[in-house]
Amino acid sequence: MSVENRVPSVRKQKIKKNHTKTRLIIFLILALALLLVAIFAQQLCPYDPNAQDTAMSLRPPSAAHPAGTDRFGRDMFSRILVGLQTSVLATLSLVVIITVIGTAVGVLCGYYGGIWDSVIMRISDVCLAFPGLVFALAIAALLNGGLHNAVLALAVISWPKYARIARSQTLAQKSVNYIAAAKLAGNNSIQVIVKHILPNCIGPILVTAMLDIGTMLMELAGLSFLGLGAQPPVAELGNMMSGGRSMLQTYPWVIIGPGIAIFIIVVIFNLLGDTVRDYLDPRNSRK
Amino acid sequence: MKKYVVKRLLQLIPILLVITFLSFGMMRLAGSDAVMQKMENTGMVVSEEVMDKARAELGLDKPFLTQYFVWLGNLLKGDMGTSYISGKEVFPTFISKLPATLLLTVVSILLTIIISVPLGVLAAVKQNRFTDYLIRVCSFIGNSMPNFFVALLLMYFFAIRMKVFPVIATEVSIKSVALPSFTLAIAMSAKYLRQVRAAVLDELSKDYVIGAKARGVRFSVTLWKSVLRACLVTILTLLTLSIGSLLGGTAIVESIFLWDGVGKLAVDAINMRDYPMIQAYVMWMAIIYVCVNLITDLSYRVLDPRIRLGGEKA
Repeated sequence: MSVENRVPSVRKQKIKKNHTKTRLIIFLILALALLLVAIFAQQLCPYDPNAQDTAMSLRPPSAAHPAGTDRFGRDMFSRILVGLQTSVLATLSLVVIITVIGTAVGVLCGYYGGIWDSVIMRISDVCLAFPGLVFALAIAALLNGGLHNAVLALAVISWPKYARIARSQTLAQKSVNYIAAAKLAGNNSIQVIVKHILPNCIGPILVTAMLDIGTMLMELAGLSFLGLGAQPPVAELGNMMSGGRSMLQTYPWVIIGPGIAIFIIVVIFNLLGDTVRDYLDPRNSRK
Repeated sequence: MKKYVVKRLLQLIPILLVITFLSFGMMRLAGSDAVMQKMENTGMVVSEEVMDKARAELGLDKPFLTQYFVWLGNLLKGDMGTSYISGKEVFPTFISKLPATLLLTVVSILLTIIISVPLGVLAAVKQNRFTDYLIRVCSFIGNSMPNFFVALLLMYFFAIRMKVFPVIATEVSIKSVALPSFTLAIAMSAKYLRQVRAAVLDELSKDYVIGAKARGVRFSVTLWKSVLRACLVTILTLLTLSIGSLLGGTAIVESIFLWDGVGKLAVDAINMRDYPMIQAYVMWMAIIYVCVNLITDLSYRVLDPRIRLGGEKA
């Protein structure tokens, strides 16, 4: 291995960038397809996901039931599709919530500064000082479980990260001359924030949000797995696996199906997140 | 150095106050009244007057802040109240389960280091070769699996199919700690390996590496003696950062493998709404996490003499 090889020529960088664009398009299409599957899950189900048929209970995967059936004879494939809908849509709304709230708080704190800035940043320090998932467990427990409450619990512990990034970006932008020029030109604070500061600090936030989707989905599924997220009549990938736990020995497909579904979703979003990062920050892509 | 340690220890006090205050406040927010809970658990129907008397006895009629300080005073004496469910004292119960969790945590961290440091260094050295891609793909896969799925897969293949390890941990032994700790180590290594790789790559691109090469120093010597030593602080910092998720992860993994530690205790307590127990869990986990962070900060100086700690003259 030689050190010289690592110094990239301009030519190499150019090739890499084109490559990233192709990857970006592929993964965007995949993510979009996943999203469509999630939205139209009910229409795509070959069977009614809640139709029970005890005569057909716990059948292994076959042509009629590609993912087998569960303890009540419900078609696992249909349930996985519906569960995927719950998981994906809940995760996406969670990520949207924390991105919007975190960014708004961070930008306002960074732009106006002052006492509120100090207070809010200290609060976010405290949130970051706690081991996240432990805190989420406690909040979810206090709120008595349920999918909405699990989303809320994860939102409470996750917004500070975004606020931090948005704040530091805003502080960096604030001192640049064009902001002063924009103000001189007669823009008020809101116009400056919306037109100039937000567009210029959204990049790193977007990358963080994309990379967070996979983790958040797993954490949400984890809470559901522990019984603190979606409750049993609702199909969600985490609680489906929790429900099938005792049947692992004899009927492994009850567990493995939803597990693989989570894996595929997270892989797609992680690949997309990595690519978005490479695309927006080419310097990073060599690592 | 001494001054810095004292300063950091003093800074710990407000953090601990916030942690205890939040833990106490959460319990209040839950709207659970200790008296009501106890009566419900015993199934007795009693009059308001009896309940009020019981509340006065427990000091629940006093203002919030007074209650907090009374609670804090008891806490310092090691009294965290009694479990709503078992009626046992919370603190001794919690402490008795702690060693099992600490064992699991330490073994997982050791496994993580054993797995990820050599692989991360190897991937960095073989950058953009087949080995690198293979290691990165493995890390990517590990990163995309929730730990409960990994736990169940390991359980299925190693415990149920191959019968190498016990399905549930009936006792604390090497055999029974293997699967739970391996589950935690897989998730952590996958994340950590990438960071080790990035840190080593950063270090490898520095001029002194070329300098050492020009002087004819063997690459392995440069790698082990200079590069790795320089990376140590970064590697350690990133490891401590992952301890937060490890502490949360133990709750899920412990309850799957029925490992008798605080994680399982907490999950059971959550399912039964045993608030004093949940409170103890959250508070102690936060305290442990804060202390681990402090110890890491202090160990920087030992590991990398170039670092000047706050308050020291260069």
